Amino acid sequence: MQSIGEAFSIAIALVLSGDSDLLAIVFLSLYVSVTATLIACLLGFPLGALVATRRFRGRGVLLVVMNALMGLPPVVVGLLVYLHLSRAGPLGFLGLLYTPTAMIIAQTILIMPIVAALSRQVLEDLHGEYAEQFRSLSLTPIQTIQALVWDGRFALLTVALAGFGRAVAEVGAVMIVGGNIDHLTRVMTTAIALETSKGNLGLALGLGIVLMVIALGVNAAVHGLRLTARRHAYV
Amino acid sequence: MKPTDVLCAAVMALMVPIPVQAADSILVQSTTSTANSGLYDHLLPAFSEATGIKVRVVAVGTGQAIRNARNCDGDVLLVHAKSAELAFVRDGYGTSRSDLMYNDFVIVGPLADPAGIKGQSNASTALRAIAQSGELFASRGDDSGTHKKESALWQDAGVDAIAASGAWYRETGSGMGATLNAAIGMGAYTLTDRATWIGFGGKADYGILAEGDAALFNQYGVIPVNPAKCPTVHAEAAQTFVDWLLSPTGQTAISTYEVDGQQLFFANAKAGGS
Repeated sequence: MQSIGEAFSIAIALVLSGDSDLLAIVFLSLYVSVTATLIACLLGFPLGALVATRRFRGRGVLLVVMNALMGLPPVVVGLLVYLHLSRAGPLGFLGLLYTPTAMIIAQTILIMPIVAALSRQVLEDLHGEYAEQFRSLSLTPIQTIQALVWDGRFALLTVALAGFGRAVAEVGAVMIVGGNIDHLTRVMTTAIALETSKGNLGLALGLGIVLMVIALGVNAAVHGLRLTARRHAYV
Repeated sequence: MKPTDVLCAAVMALMVPIPVQAADSILVQSTTSTANSGLYDHLLPAFSEATGIKVRVVAVGTGQAIRNARNCDGDVLLVHAKSAELAFVRDGYGTSRSDLMYNDFVIVGPLADPAGIKGQSNASTALRAIAQSGELFASRGDDSGTHKKESALWQDAGVDAIAASGAWYRETGSGMGATLNAAIGMGAYTLTDRATWIGFGGKADYGILAEGDAALFNQYGVIPVNPAKCPTVHAEAAQTFVDWLLSPTGQTAISTYEVDGQQLFFANAKAGGS
């Protein structure tokens, strides 16, 4: 296929050109997906920890639901958020539809179950190792959760990356609630979809390569952070 | 990083000023052909410079654009399905509908033309020939303006295409560009508006095979969303935009837009709307 070779040269040319439109799109992609990941972690880690450490009625059902919601289709999340934020919807008065905030809300809903379900697994395994120790120290439930999250922070970082990866790669939800508006809500994935629909497959693939390089960069940065932190932890 | 740090970072990230739709900006719910062909990139800077009003465009199929506008999620509707547009106004969602411009639909297919429709100027005859040959036809299948036109053409041709859905009649359920990609990928014929075809970047060994039938006429209309139904619309700015499009300045701007030396849209607004 000639378009793949073409795509790589387009990708390189795009990056070298330092095109301000491209930079704005890249920045918005990162802003939306990183914010959504932070909020999802803020909500998902405690939820995962709670389910990991506590025994309560309906826990099994909650577990199954949390795991099932990891497979939420982005388009469905987009539609649900659209129906709420639309002027005709219950939250329409906020005027959030077709804004980056709407995109953050949609991606947060999309990846929250992933963060919660994966962190639940990570923390439950950890809790199995430490449960007796915690009991002997008679830690409160909150202290237990704090200790677990701190101790599992490196594994939880990977969980956060899984959430970020899902958020930055999805197109279905941001397309519906963001509207792919030029200079306002256009992100990498919706730009790729747009160029594909214009038949500019080389440019679409080129943008895809740029997106993958960015994802690679974020992962490498987190990996570096983790290595540094570990070195300090064991010195 | 302490949990509180994460919290602070998240809160701070949310406080980054987000461009909220100001009073001097309007949102257009639009069909895709006008956006994908680059027409807006040609028109909007001139309009914004003249009036100071920013125009934001959500480009979706005509069916979805109308549904979004019915939910009050837009200030102006610019689509190409006259009966659906008139229904939109009749139901009180639009103040008035005006003819804006036209172009035409064309049937594109592989230049080898296995169904033998090349040069056919009667759309119904061409479609019947495709159906009888058993060659593939890719349909939008998405309730868009183009899809509505195509369904009407099959009816005129006396062919029950839906009965062959999944066989030679392939409904992609997606936009014009995606449908063109799919048609070219599987060697199918398809119906497209001329503007999207001219601006389409991946033509491969495809070309226009049938054109010129009066039945292939493609009229675009523009409608300001009714503030009586949708109090949140920016009615004044929306009316300014529509008036500008229909004015000699706007009409000239539409007619002078060219891609590869070809005119894409032909302005045909008449005073008073329709």
